[in-house]
Parts: sequence; structure tokens; C-alpha cells
Amino acid sequence: MADLQLQDIVKPENQVYGKSKILTDTPMHYCYGCSHGVVHKLIAEVIEEMGIQEDTIGVSPVGCSVMMYYYLDIDWLQAAHGRAPALATGYKRTNPKKYVFTYQGDGDLAAIGTAETIHAVNRGENIVMIFINNAIYGMTGGQMAPTTMVGQVTATTPYGRDIDRNGYPLKITELLAQLPGAAYVTRQSVHTPANVRKCKKAIRKAFENSAKNIGTSFVEVVSTCNSGWKIDPVESNKWMEENMFPFYPLGDLKNGERSDVGEYSVQKLKK
Amino acid sequence: MKGNEVIAEAAIRCGCDAYFGYPITPQSEVMETLMIRRPWEETGMVVLQAESEVASINMMYGATSSGKKIMTSSSSPGISLMAEGISYLAGAELPGLIVNVQRGGPGLGTIQPSQADYFQATKGGGHGDYHLIVLAPASVQEMNDFVGLGFDLAFKYRNPAMILADGVIGQMMEKVELNDFKPRWTEEQIEELNGSWAATGKKTHRERYIKTSLEMVSEKQEKFNQKLQAKYRQMEEEDVRYELINCDDAEYIIVAYGVSARLSQKAVDVLRKQGIKVGLLRPITLFPFPTKIISEFASKVKGFLSVEMSSGQMVQDVRLAVNGKTKVEHFGRMGGVIATPIEVVEAVQSKLMGE
Repeated sequence: MADLQLQDIVKPENQVYGKSKILTDTPMHYCYGCSHGVVHKLIAEVIEEMGIQEDTIGVSPVGCSVMMYYYLDIDWLQAAHGRAPALATGYKRTNPKKYVFTYQGDGDLAAIGTAETIHAVNRGENIVMIFINNAIYGMTGGQMAPTTMVGQVTATTPYGRDIDRNGYPLKITELLAQLPGAAYVTRQSVHTPANVRKCKKAIRKAFENSAKNIGTSFVEVVSTCNSGWKIDPVESNKWMEENMFPFYPLGDLKNGERSDVGEYSVQKLKK
Repeated sequence: MKGNEVIAEAAIRCGCDAYFGYPITPQSEVMETLMIRRPWEETGMVVLQAESEVASINMMYGATSSGKKIMTSSSSPGISLMAEGISYLAGAELPGLIVNVQRGGPGLGTIQPSQADYFQATKGGGHGDYHLIVLAPASVQEMNDFVGLGFDLAFKYRNPAMILADGVIGQMMEKVELNDFKPRWTEEQIEELNGSWAATGKKTHRERYIKTSLEMVSEKQEKFNQKLQAKYRQMEEEDVRYELINCDDAEYIIVAYGVSARLSQKAVDVLRKQGIKVGLLRPITLFPFPTKIISEFASKVKGFLSVEMSSGQMVQDVRLAVNGKTKVEHFGRMGGVIATPIEVVEAVQSKLMGE
């Protein structure tokens, strides 16, 4: 390795890393330090490595990642706020051989779209759901999200989230893990290289699951929003570790498959 | 067969790929019939009971994005819930067939028949400048015929279409001649027919397709709005449908659609027997509205009576078409009450023929 010259480094056989072909050249509109770009990259790499560009349909939400279709070179549907799991259901049911994934933030998935989220998972739709939980509404300027921490200051909780006024942060991922339709439910982060690698494995597993017809695969990524939190990127990672991880612990919540496929479909109730 | 059952059967027979719906009176027989028929075994058509009308219309959005024929049905309060999704469908230029078997409102209203959703159906219903193609069946036969026609028009214009029925047409039983079976489109046919827009997975030979209604640049959005408007003008040129009954020598014309047209036809018979020259103009497409033909008659007749089961909604479009040339009156019952032909006869006499 010591003999490696500059002209050798750029040779294709010596390159150990590069930009996924699925990622377009469009500059991302995300703020510095935002987790979206990293998660986009991981999804792009998984699609490329699995060779499923022609067979993958993304459903983008309303929120910061509404224009995710600028960045991944696949066919896209763009949903109304919260409705991505319904779009994905409609697409997947009528095109069962496709890989269909939704990409949603906490407001989209766990507030306005809670019904669509729960029912899609409860039906065991064979889709992938990527859930970016940064405990805040980024796009509209940092308002309270369903996952905002108790005491967290946001534009609509300027004195901190107060449980008497605002209720509790919603652990939607724990809730979904209870549903028999869920095959794989995991919580990841992308704030360190090790976590990025783990998160990619989780996304890959989720995509592989969706071809096996074993139920819904759900990947939460606990994320930072330094603009919304008004904390710089490095401090944001620390804030997330200290405040969010104790409440939203990383790891798999469910790793299996629907054990009862076909069982209820023919089961007759006793009269 | 019942009107609602015919909608289900016609969908299977015209090669519909999927139905997504949520139960609501008076149209629940649509999904019930589909579930009993099990078309997934026969044609591969998907039938799914959604968790809400909001989900149903968005499942339609997802499925129709792949270039397939998708149907949903509901009744008035459910259509209000779908309004958001319908606006998005129009904004993303996606086809789809929505059936509204109207009941009385506002709010939960009544489960009895009504025609009070005319404004909602013909003026868009959701936010933004858009229209649906709106077909108004007046018989169970037309419940059959308009499913195929609705899909044809929806795909011709890449715009959602609506069958605007009412509780009477949905619930009543009549003889019907069903269509022959047409197979569902194959993947190859979809590529051939809808390959220029359907998101069937990004191919190497084309750019990626994005089914969205979002545009951040005002000038581009305005261009898109103009494109939609051009589409609506084309509908007005090419796809206005109506029926004329006894209009040739008419001195008075009743304008009525759906069940109101059925009872107005009876009223025309009664008035003709009395020697009064009355005709019936029945709009079949409520959007595009038969403005031109009404305008032509406006200079020949002494007056129009719009008969609707509402406080007077279509009458506004009749007045716009007549443009002050002659008298335009409205007669209607509300709240699920169905007018009798005799009441229509009396309305013609008192509102049009009176001094």
C-alpha cells in the first residue's frame, strides 16, 4: 500500500467507495447536519446493490423530504400529507412484484397519517416504511411533532412541551411492533459511521423482506434537525444521544415474520 | 339488479384492476357485491376494504399511478373525506373512477336520496382550480354503461371521473343488459397505452416518472393550470352528453338529471296531455355541462325549470347558459324527500306559466 501513487488511487479497481448510480447529481436542499441525506444515500445504495432500480417505487411524503424524487433515480409517487402508506398499499396490491417503500417524517407518519400507518402495518402490507424521527416539524419551521420530547422547546411549545397541554411523545414504533402484520420493526440512527452501517443493513433487510411477502418492514431512524432544534450539527448529535436515545432506544423491536399467514383467512368462527 | 350491484358487476366486466372502498349507506352493496363475486379469482381484480374514505382515495392514487383502472365508491359524507385525494389526483393528472351515490346533507344529514352534491362534484370539490368529468346516470342501465364510459373518459383526459348517482338510482332494481367481459389490460398493453406517464418502474430508456401535484415555481404552476384549463375546454368541445325529450316544439323546457329526470319525464307526459308544450333536457355529463344546447334553446322557449333534489345548484349553470334571454326557475325538494311528478307539473304551471 505504501507504493500506491496518486494516479493509482483513481483507477477503478482501487476505488473502495463511490456515489451510488441511483443518486442523481441534483444538489440536495437539506440543511448541513441533517440526517435525510445520509438515509437517502443508504436507500440508493441498497437499491443499486440489489439491482432493483426498475422494480422499485418510492412514495415521498409531505415534509422536508417531499422532493426526495429529485435525488433518487427511480419512479416516484408523491403523497398528500400522511397518506403515503395508503398510496403504497394501492400500488403494491396491484403490482405485487414491485418493491414499494414509503419515506416519512414524524408529523407525516405519526400525526396526520397515524390511521394510514397503523392500518397498513396491521394488514401486513408487504411494503417498506422508512420513518425519520427528528422530534420536530422541519419544513414548516420547527413546530412540535408527535415525537417531540417532554420539555423540548419548539416554535409551538416555546416554553417546552408540557404534557398537560400537549400530551406525551408518541412511541409509534413500539405501538407498531405489537401488530401481527409487522414482520420487522427496528430503530436505527445515522450519527456515527458504525450506526450508518447498521442502518444500511436494516434497510437492506427491510427491502429483502418485501419480496418474501412476510409482512410490513418498518425502519425508524432517530434523526437530527439542527435548524429546527437551533443546535449546531455536532451538538445536535450529542443532544440526540442524551435526550432521545433513552426514550427511543436503538435496536430491533421485532425481527421475524407474520407467523399466521393464511391461518385466519380460512378460520371459521364457532357459531 | 340493483343500481349499486350493477356498478360492481360492470367494474369486473370492463377490466377494472382494483376497487378500494369504505362502507357507507346507501352504496354499501357495491363493495358487498364485489366481495361475494370474488373477482380476484376470476379476473385478478383486487378488492380491498380500506380503513377510511381518505385511505380509499389514496390507495386509488397509488394504484392508478401504475396506469391501471381503479374504482372507488362512496356517498356524500365520504366523498367530502375524499376531496383532498381527488384534488391530488387532478393535480397529478391521474385517471380513476369515483362513484358518489348521493344522500342528503349537510353533515351526517340523511341516508335518503339527494342531489345536493352538484356543486361539489361539478366545481371540483377539493381545493384548487380543477374539474372532474361528471356523469349522471338516470337508470340502472346507465349505472352499467357509465362505468366503462367513465374509465374511457378518465384515461382519455388523464383526469378523475365521477359517476354522480343518487340513493334512488343506487337502490332501485331495474332490468339491465350487462356488458360483455373485457379482460384487464396486460402489462404490455399498459406500457403501450399509458407508457408515456405510468410509473411502472424506471426503465433505462426513459427519465424517471414522478406522480406529483407539487410545483415550487409559480410560472410553471400557472402553465400547468393553463394546461388543465385547456383540457376542460377540450372536454366541453368533444364530450358533452345530454338527452332531449320532446324539445323540438317545446315552449317550456325542464332541465333535470338522475332521478329528477325520471320523474320530470312523467311530468312532461302529464303536461303534454293537457296540451302544454313541455320538453325535457337531461344533462348526462354535468361537467362538461351542456351549455351550448341550453343557450340555443334559450332564444326559442318561454322558460326553463331546473328540477333537482337540492335548494337549486344546477339552476345556476342553466342561468349562465341562458344568460338572461328567458326565464329560469328552480323546483326541488330537499332532505331526502323525492318530489312527485305532480309537484313538477304544478311547478311548471306556477313558476313558468303564471303571470
